[in-house]
Amino acid sequence: MSQQTLDLYEVFIRARRGLDHKHVGSLHAEDPEQALEYARDVYTRRSEGVSIWVVRSAAISASQEDDSASFFDPSDDKPYRHATYYKLPQAVDSM
Amino acid sequence: MTDGLSPEDNFMRKIEAGEKIEPKDWMPEAYRKNLIRQISQHAHSEVIGMQPEGNWITRAPSLRRKAVLLSKVQDEGGHGLYLYSATETLGISREELISALQDGSAKYASIFNYPSQTWADVGAIGWLVDGAAIVNQVSLQRTSYGPYARAMIRICKEESFHQRQGYEIMLVLAQGSPEQHAMAQDALNRFYWPSLMMFGPHDAESAHSARSMQWKIKRETNDDLRQKFVDQTAQQIEVLGLEHPDKDLRWNEARGHYDFGALDWDEFYNVINGNGYANRQRIEHHVQAHEEGAWVRAAMQAYRDKQRVRQQTTTQVAA
Repeated sequence: MSQQTLDLYEVFIRARRGLDHKHVGSLHAEDPEQALEYARDVYTRRSEGVSIWVVRSAAISASQEDDSASFFDPSDDKPYRHATYYKLPQAVDSM
Repeated sequence: MTDGLSPEDNFMRKIEAGEKIEPKDWMPEAYRKNLIRQISQHAHSEVIGMQPEGNWITRAPSLRRKAVLLSKVQDEGGHGLYLYSATETLGISREELISALQDGSAKYASIFNYPSQTWADVGAIGWLVDGAAIVNQVSLQRTSYGPYARAMIRICKEESFHQRQGYEIMLVLAQGSPEQHAMAQDALNRFYWPSLMMFGPHDAESAHSARSMQWKIKRETNDDLRQKFVDQTAQQIEVLGLEHPDKDLRWNEARGHYDFGALDWDEFYNVINGNGYANRQRIEHHVQAHEEGAWVRAAMQAYRDKQRVRQQTTTQVAA
């Protein structure tokens, strides 16, 4: 079987309990169980994590980076969403 | 990996070691229930809390204030979403959570049953109500349930501007005309005590406190958090040049904290039990907004059904 026929999976690893799963890479596998085992063998050889998620790459919908200027435009002109925008007297500035 | 421990013992081992509990871990039913109650109550508070402030968006005194307030209320809606999603990881649906809010079986922070009568109230809410919420939420960043802790970290980061914009409103009013100064003082007088009540009953009377502390769902007691808030607020009131609403407030050198006056717990329970100024209005408004949005949910469902049928037909044709 040629590898192109296998589904591509994205791999996410939780480094320590309490942290988010973080994307680390991808791999080809026959099914989710196999993807998990491959991910363990490839991405956690040095105890990189305590939990793995695999997601079929085809199931991910992504925004287009080429369009990011217009896509994220609505938050560009709203500096008041940041705490530093508000100037307070020294005595209470640590609020 | 569990060294032959029972699920209960293994759960307690994680809690005691300061490890997080994650959605797929075994957990006692009472822990799950306790979390659903607390996180959903927190979510409901974010969403209901949009009402008293939303009330002022169209009447904000300047375009700048309007944009800021709109942004803040928008954040609260987002925080509700994070918290509902965290609650749903415990195996309960959004629909069940919403109906518990609407039929009164789930609570939300009683502070939102107080009306926002003047523009200064918007300042007082941002400064005091969000200020009190932040004290509580900073503590909850270390809660034992992973999805709740992570939602708290995100929320605290976003919330930092809420309190500052509220204080800024108060500062401008307190330094303004005598009328504006009086308006700021009046808002402080009305919102100060209810803000202290946001931390809940005294530890001795708190129904869920002891077990929540043992399970590390809560990391600090109601009274300790309330003290922290009293301490930090005292100087903020001084800088505003307003009169402190608590005539019994005294710095206690030995404790390193302020001693403060007694809270009116009859008022607290009265508001919690539905007799606050705006309890009925808040829920009625929520029900109305939910019902008015029903057609959107129905349209999305219809679209999804149609897509499915279309997909099935295509598959059959292809076969």
